[in-house]
Amino acid sequence: MGIIFSVLFYAASVLFVVALGRRIFKYATTPAPLVIPTTPAPMTWLGVIGRMLREVVFFESLFKGNKWTWLFGWLFHFGMLIVLVEHLRYVSEPVWFWVASIQWLGPYGGMAMFVGLAGLWVRRLVVDRVRYISVLSDHLMLGLMVAIVGSGLVMVYVFPTDIVMVKSFMLGLIKFDWQPLPSDPPVVVHLVLTLVLMIIFPFSKLLHAPGVFFSPTRNMRDNPRERRHTTGWRSDAHPEK
Amino acid sequence: MTKPDFETPELTLTQDVPAVQPGAMEHSKPFVAKAAHQEALGFPGELVDNWKEVALDKMSDLLKTYRSLPVFLDSCVKCGACTDKCHYYLGTGDPKNMPVARQDLLRSVYRRYFTVAGKFLPKLVGAKDLTEEVLEDWYKYYHQCSECRRCSVYCPYGIDTAEITMAGREILASVGIGQKYSNEIIGKVHKIGNNLGLPKPALADTLDGLEEEVKEDIGVDVKFPLDQSGADVLVIVPSADFFAEPHVDGLIGYAKVFHQSGISWTLSSYASEAANFGIFVGNYENMQKVAERIRTAAMELGVKRIVVGECGHAWRVAYSFWNTLIGPFDFLDPKFPIPQHVCEFTNDLLSQHILRLDAEANDDKIVTFHDSCNVSRGSRMGNQPGGQFIIPRQLLRAACNNFVDMSPETTHEHTFCCGGGGGLLTDDLLELRVKGASPRMNALQRVIEDEGVTHMAAICAICKSQFSKVLPFYGMGMDMIVSLHQLVGDALVLDNGH
Repeated sequence: MGIIFSVLFYAASVLFVVALGRRIFKYATTPAPLVIPTTPAPMTWLGVIGRMLREVVFFESLFKGNKWTWLFGWLFHFGMLIVLVEHLRYVSEPVWFWVASIQWLGPYGGMAMFVGLAGLWVRRLVVDRVRYISVLSDHLMLGLMVAIVGSGLVMVYVFPTDIVMVKSFMLGLIKFDWQPLPSDPPVVVHLVLTLVLMIIFPFSKLLHAPGVFFSPTRNMRDNPRERRHTTGWRSDAHPEK
Repeated sequence: MTKPDFETPELTLTQDVPAVQPGAMEHSKPFVAKAAHQEALGFPGELVDNWKEVALDKMSDLLKTYRSLPVFLDSCVKCGACTDKCHYYLGTGDPKNMPVARQDLLRSVYRRYFTVAGKFLPKLVGAKDLTEEVLEDWYKYYHQCSECRRCSVYCPYGIDTAEITMAGREILASVGIGQKYSNEIIGKVHKIGNNLGLPKPALADTLDGLEEEVKEDIGVDVKFPLDQSGADVLVIVPSADFFAEPHVDGLIGYAKVFHQSGISWTLSSYASEAANFGIFVGNYENMQKVAERIRTAAMELGVKRIVVGECGHAWRVAYSFWNTLIGPFDFLDPKFPIPQHVCEFTNDLLSQHILRLDAEANDDKIVTFHDSCNVSRGSRMGNQPGGQFIIPRQLLRAACNNFVDMSPETTHEHTFCCGGGGGLLTDDLLELRVKGASPRMNALQRVIEDEGVTHMAAICAICKSQFSKVLPFYGMGMDMIVSLHQLVGDALVLDNGH
């Protein structure tokens, strides 16, 4: 059990890093030929950093767009942030103090994720416009996340698993000293689905995570008169005059 | 007016979101460009035999040259925030007019041919083969988007459907299916210098007529100089300003401002067009070629500055793209913004007290302002973000004692397109234009009822033409729409006391 999972973990991690890295490389190296920030837009890099922070921390544009989607989306993502930090205790020894200090928040983070996902899924099913634009993968993605969060919460509240053993497995992965893993169904489901998530991440709409940082309508400065922007095309269609 | 074969939406005052009505606008598509109009722009005259291959090659090409495309096509999570933001969806209920669904027309093909998931599991991720039906849908629905960028304001990833529409149209044109209206117009600019195909003698004649008209009207010798070498300022206006109503009153307004400022200016017969439909068809080379005429004219006339008249997309191209397309402008005076919007120009003169406005001249009006989409979300005026909202309002407040704004969810960055932008200002799309105008008409109707608004000012030639056409469908007078510089010109105190 431990060995199979160890191999799967390495494979999924390599795929995740390589495929995601390639995608990010593609975004970073494709030119943005014209100045296209959605205006009003900041005129300086500092302003762009502020806009981007508001976008990824507060979901500023989504807030303007739809309050319900914003609420559920924000609950889900910030629940996830808490849970990810909380989970760092499985890979740190001794546990970093800032990770230890938020352990009590973990279950609430999980619940926030659950509520967020449920709300988003209900919208997807109930609002006719959102139902129209949804395809199977949109529902499966929500199902996958619900199952990961659900199995996690089940371990917290219903069938506790041997987390000391889980931690030694995780630390073993890092140190290349493979250890066994508990075989309780919740932990197996939780980990298998997390691996699935890592594998599909670079090939799915989860690319919105790196994508937002490369969005030219959000990361460009509004200064075309002050500074000449060039297309960045290798064979520039217009020679310098 | 002949009776239209569609129903004008009811004005509801508050903007309701319609239920999804699949296929509601499936019948709407503009005339296809003839071979001559295609070829003049460097596109094939008719659908090429290997269109599928050509289309996919073009898509591959665009994915490598515009970062917006891979980022936007990958990032959408189908959250639905944009679904009730497009004026064409609000006006028609056709789900393919929801921005995300419009993007999906291209995204589904992108997924099928350019992503791992779509190659192996097309059904799962909504990937589709590129078929003639898909091409047909592209043609219909990429000509039901006015590239106004309203959706991009609300998207958590800033996905701008205008970028997708431009790519879609460019691919279509590249396989031989261009839009007649836009391509014919671009061809005229390449050949003659303006969208109307107005040659120099006709233009000179028109301007002479305007001089006489103004002289008769107010007794002042306001000049409309053409091809005047050595003038300080080259003024580039949309050619509709030369004779369309209410545009021409705006042109008269600019001329009065220049007259009173004492700054020498000229129009150019070679570059007699501010509009640049190259942006609408999404083609860089054509956009550049259209813009190039202005650089050439400015150099030949030896001007020091370029001022751009009231035209929304033209201002986006001028402000955001000119420096890239036809810069650097090292031959112009760096003390002034390059290019400068005529509203910035007038506003500067007002703040320096070089001009004086007597707002009483417009006391017979209660005025509101329609923010043009391209100015609002694709450009700036002045030296701070949002100046594009502040400066026109400053001018209107200076020129009119009675100014009121429409409701805030329909102005500033939230403004609605007039319904005729993006190369859709053609009578073969009249139903779309009327229906797409309904969100603006709702907001207008509200200030008419609540505030007694009599006029709506605009700073865009397309907005002005579109509103003149569609206002009557909503039971409003076509002369409600006015040029901002008409109001300025009417309030301007000239030397002789007018």
